[in-house]
Amino acid sequence: MLLEFEKPIADLELKLQEMKDLAKGKNIDLSNEIQSLEEKIHALKKETFQNLTRWQRVQLSRHADRPYALDYIYEITNDFIELHGDRTVKDDKAMIGGLGDIDGRTVMFIGQQKGRNTKQRQERNFGMANPEGYRKALRLMKMAEKFGKPIVTLIDTPGAFPGLEAEERGQGEAIARNLKEMFMLKVPVICIIIGEGASGGALGIAIGDKVYMLENTWYSVISPESCSSILWRSWDYKEQAAEALKLTAIDMQKNGLIDGIIEEPLGGAHKDMKKMASTIKQTILEALKELDKIKPEKRIDQRIDKFCSMGVFEE
Amino acid sequence: MAWFKRTDKGIKTSTEDKKDAPDGLWFKTPQGNIIHTRELKNNSYVCPDDDFHVKIGSKEYFEILFDNNKFTELDANMKSGDPLKFVDTKPYSSRVEASIKKSELNDAVRTAYGKMNGLDIVVACMDFGFIGGSMGSVVGEKIARAIDHSLKNKIPFLMISKSGGARMMEAGFSLMQMAKTSAKLALLDKAGIPYISLLTDPTTGGVTASYAMLGDFNIAEPEALIGFAGPRVIRETIGKDLPKGFQSSEFVLEHGFLDFIIDRRQLKNRLTTLLNLLNN
Repeated sequence: MLLEFEKPIADLELKLQEMKDLAKGKNIDLSNEIQSLEEKIHALKKETFQNLTRWQRVQLSRHADRPYALDYIYEITNDFIELHGDRTVKDDKAMIGGLGDIDGRTVMFIGQQKGRNTKQRQERNFGMANPEGYRKALRLMKMAEKFGKPIVTLIDTPGAFPGLEAEERGQGEAIARNLKEMFMLKVPVICIIIGEGASGGALGIAIGDKVYMLENTWYSVISPESCSSILWRSWDYKEQAAEALKLTAIDMQKNGLIDGIIEEPLGGAHKDMKKMASTIKQTILEALKELDKIKPEKRIDQRIDKFCSMGVFEE
Repeated sequence: MAWFKRTDKGIKTSTEDKKDAPDGLWFKTPQGNIIHTRELKNNSYVCPDDDFHVKIGSKEYFEILFDNNKFTELDANMKSGDPLKFVDTKPYSSRVEASIKKSELNDAVRTAYGKMNGLDIVVACMDFGFIGGSMGSVVGEKIARAIDHSLKNKIPFLMISKSGGARMMEAGFSLMQMAKTSAKLALLDKAGIPYISLLTDPTTGGVTASYAMLGDFNIAEPEALIGFAGPRVIRETIGKDLPKGFQSSEFVLEHGFLDFIIDRRQLKNRLTTLLNLLNN
């Protein structure tokens, strides 16, 4: 599956492959041509990906080949044991979590999980958690606190699920409770937006000492589509809505609403999952090194102060 | 010959002497009961015939709750910035300006402290008339500071919610107000100061998913719409009509997320009893 702006690059890459095959098969020296084409591809990639519009980044964040939470977790950890259930209603498969180790250090991973094919997508509910998902996340966070393990959350959701049962079981209450409880966690909390960061559904696991966004992700109060439908009363203004919402990593950092941006491989995270995972791992390790030095009470104060300073008003 | 003859021509009544029936003197409830607005005001804006709770704002709630309508307002002059220079079909800044003019309010929440039946209380009350009671930076900051006042003076905090949710035109900033208010409530919780959250019609979206649901006591007015996702969104998601009474106060109480439903006419006295029970 290719996005519109990926196509010209893919066409050239196909041509390059053909050229390489031809050179090999017929034993002709095409090295000059191959080199020039490779340079051309690299230049085009750079040009395309350095000038992405906000809407194009939204598209990349939802790319069909984009790595999901468990892909990264299995790549980053040596051992990982997934833990299930909220101990009240059921196991929400849109929200995953478990204990794993990064270079020997045990971490509690929590994240929204999307599915790769139709069956998985249904099972994972498209990464839209129900209240039991948020309560499962909180249970695991409390467990991490009990055993003194840092928490890493991987955020990737088009929103908390807007369903009948979700309302019956208190979707609003579940998210609200997580926000409040996460501020008081005594262990370090690192949050990384790896895909979509839609509104309260994302924030419900995103109160951290460090909040990062991967380069081609979005994080805002509403999706561009829903924003278009409400403010423009039509679904056709998603590009304008994406621009207006200033929802990219660059925007969010500029506005002081996140702590940092994690660079993606050229062409996006899906082009080199291993490289992406390794960058994420390094970021986590560096953040932990910094956060370990701070006493728990002070870390909590700093976490609270950081979020309390967000907002623009006149008086 | 006409049996009636007009002797003077034209209407002679001067403009000042003309009798005009002013608009809004009578209120008609959804069930069709008609009540004089003065009587409505004396009845805490509840229709005595069918118990319909009229949607009211901070001015009326303060009048109902504070003794002799005496209170000290906090941060009354705080106004929205426009950090994103947001423009949809019109610029956010002109939406705010128009709303200030129309509602005579500076934003969608007012905060104040005073006495309620002699007890100290801090009240934050949302106004739906200001951009749908939406939560932006001003709402978040004013609530945060009201909680600071509670913390500093060890006074119980009452939040009256009435909101469609987060304010889209402040995008990421608006989202983070959910975090900010929840952080302050965590501190209030830790300090052991009571927090009562009163949910009124309507309370949805990011407000439900933050401070409105975090009360030591979550209470609501009768038949208010309370939910996370709006009914239209849910209907579209599940492709079915919603059951009658879905997301009403009574429904939310039945599912275990409210402590009780309160008739507005009893609000002040019940809150006083509750706070006295905590004090004794």
